[in-house]
Amino acid sequence: MGVNRRKFLKIAGLSTFLGLGGKTAFELLAPGKLEAALPIMAGKRWAMVIDMRRMNEETIAKCQEACHREHNIPDLGDPKVEIKWIWAEEFEHAFPDQENEYIPEKVKHKNVMLLCNHCSNPPCCRVCPTGATWQREDGIVMMDWHRCIGCRFCMAGCPYGSRSFNWGDPRKAPKDLNPDFPTNREFPTRSKGVVEKCTFCDERLAKGQLPACVEAADKMGKDLVIFGDLADPESNVRQALSKHYAIRRKPELGTSPNVYYII
Amino acid sequence: MLDRAIKGGPKYWGWLIFLLVIMATGLACYLYQFKVGLKITGMSRDVSWGLYISQLTYLVGIAAGGVMVALPCYLHDYKAFARITVLGEGLAVAAILMCLLFVMVDLGQIVRLVNIIIYPHPRSILFWDMIVLNVYMFLNLLIGWNVMAAERKGIHYQKWVKVLIYISIPWAFTIHTVTAFLYAGLPGRHFWLTAIMAPRFLASAFCSGPALLLLICIIVRKTTNFDPGKKQMRMLGGIIAYAFILNIFFFLMEVFTAFYSQIPGHMHTLVYLFAGLDGYGRLVPWMWTFAAVSVVALVLLIVPATRRKEDTLIVACIAVIIATWIDKGLGLVIGGFIPNPFDRIFEYWPTTPEILITLGVWATGFFVLTVLFKMAISIKEEVAA
Repeated sequence: MGVNRRKFLKIAGLSTFLGLGGKTAFELLAPGKLEAALPIMAGKRWAMVIDMRRMNEETIAKCQEACHREHNIPDLGDPKVEIKWIWAEEFEHAFPDQENEYIPEKVKHKNVMLLCNHCSNPPCCRVCPTGATWQREDGIVMMDWHRCIGCRFCMAGCPYGSRSFNWGDPRKAPKDLNPDFPTNREFPTRSKGVVEKCTFCDERLAKGQLPACVEAADKMGKDLVIFGDLADPESNVRQALSKHYAIRRKPELGTSPNVYYII
Repeated sequence: MLDRAIKGGPKYWGWLIFLLVIMATGLACYLYQFKVGLKITGMSRDVSWGLYISQLTYLVGIAAGGVMVALPCYLHDYKAFARITVLGEGLAVAAILMCLLFVMVDLGQIVRLVNIIIYPHPRSILFWDMIVLNVYMFLNLLIGWNVMAAERKGIHYQKWVKVLIYISIPWAFTIHTVTAFLYAGLPGRHFWLTAIMAPRFLASAFCSGPALLLLICIIVRKTTNFDPGKKQMRMLGGIIAYAFILNIFFFLMEVFTAFYSQIPGHMHTLVYLFAGLDGYGRLVPWMWTFAAVSVVALVLLIVPATRRKEDTLIVACIAVIIATWIDKGLGLVIGGFIPNPFDRIFEYWPTTPEILITLGVWATGFFVLTVLFKMAISIKEEVAA
């Protein structure tokens, strides 16, 4: 990871040429070794469990802010074309199939934190004509912003409204709303005409860090938002799910979402 | 053969210049869209496909409709249609060209268009749609061109052309089936999630395509020395009648399933389209126009006297084109996004530049259609003379 063939040969050749003592680069960069040396977070089926009982508008806003700053998501000031990786939606709209006339008012209008569900059976990946969105082996539904042609088939295919399209150039977002854009110089900004969405912070996982929203939630309370590997029976997420009753959005569609909500 | 396209009277040139002006306006708007992005359209994160993709959907039908001339001619040996098959093929070429242009103007990153070919993903219906549309366009171009060339020389077209003709007939069905699959396989879009989407598309295609062809035939008869024929018009009228009845029948089946089952997701879009939902009803007048015009078309097409009389048949054809355009070129695609996955309503209406780009693509299609028909008819006139 991170070292392609070309780079490998460059480093290996150079180090051999210079006669570096001790271990040669060939040994150091042998397949698998480098990966093991980095604190990568490895998982087979990443999932998130959100404790809705303890989340509110404010905590969601904090998570959203952490995410949007991490990923250079500008405020466009127009809900019709806004880009959002994490956002709040009222319970009755987040779970329209859970309709019930007598839901307590506070539940009905309670804000739910929404993001890409990283479905195990993702329709967006099925419909993408170029493979610009695909499922990684660890379950993350990824995006390649350089391959996306902007056909927006994935937006029609996603039953969760989790995908945002750059209707305009995000780098030209209104300056007064985004005084310090781009907020994270280590993360790319996008061009106009491509679709984007939450990637479960793949770039942070690769560095052994938790997703930005989970980190932000941890600061506000223990286990507000839990992130872990569903394939591991001992994982934090599996324990949380065996202890508490949790629901997912629109499971009847067969997409098998991996974001759970403890209610 | 192309030389015939540059020999025309002032009316012919006037029409082409008129189309060129619309094309230029559309191109200018497109360059603007290319520069600033699709934000110049009325589309949004909730209604993420609009006029462009709905025109694509409608025009695939027009293209597929051309087969209703080729099929009786080649499979049922209905020789009278041999006179006008080339017109059906010309219409198909022009319609598919518009379809491809509509896909292109809708893309956020047109410069990456080739990614569909260099990173093919056969699991995506869009990949297959690209294949069937392109193949159908070239099939029709090859067939039409060679049949015309043979006619000009007064010989029978070659055997391999016949093979292409036999391929193109079932191929017409595939283009609209695959286009229906773009919509019919998406989870969570209840309005589109219906097994009769493809049959509906085909029924709508087989009335709208021939209806447009019939109107064009009448224009051809009025403006040139070539007469497509009375018998042919009458046969087309019959085909349009059956297909339009089927189209409306399929639509009513959707209404039954939605309202008898009382499943909210299946009812919501229909309610939005015809009555308005939660105070939103921008498409309501359009959908009732569709209903009213459909009734007019049904009556004029079913009553033998009005179907056989040319004046009333023309009215019926105009009614069919308006009805199918509102149904498929407006309600079907836009309606599918309303309400959105959160049961909320965000409406859509195209902006002026979006409409001008759309008109520009239509004008391009009609430009190509005019040139193709000019060549075909000049040859027919020469052969007759």
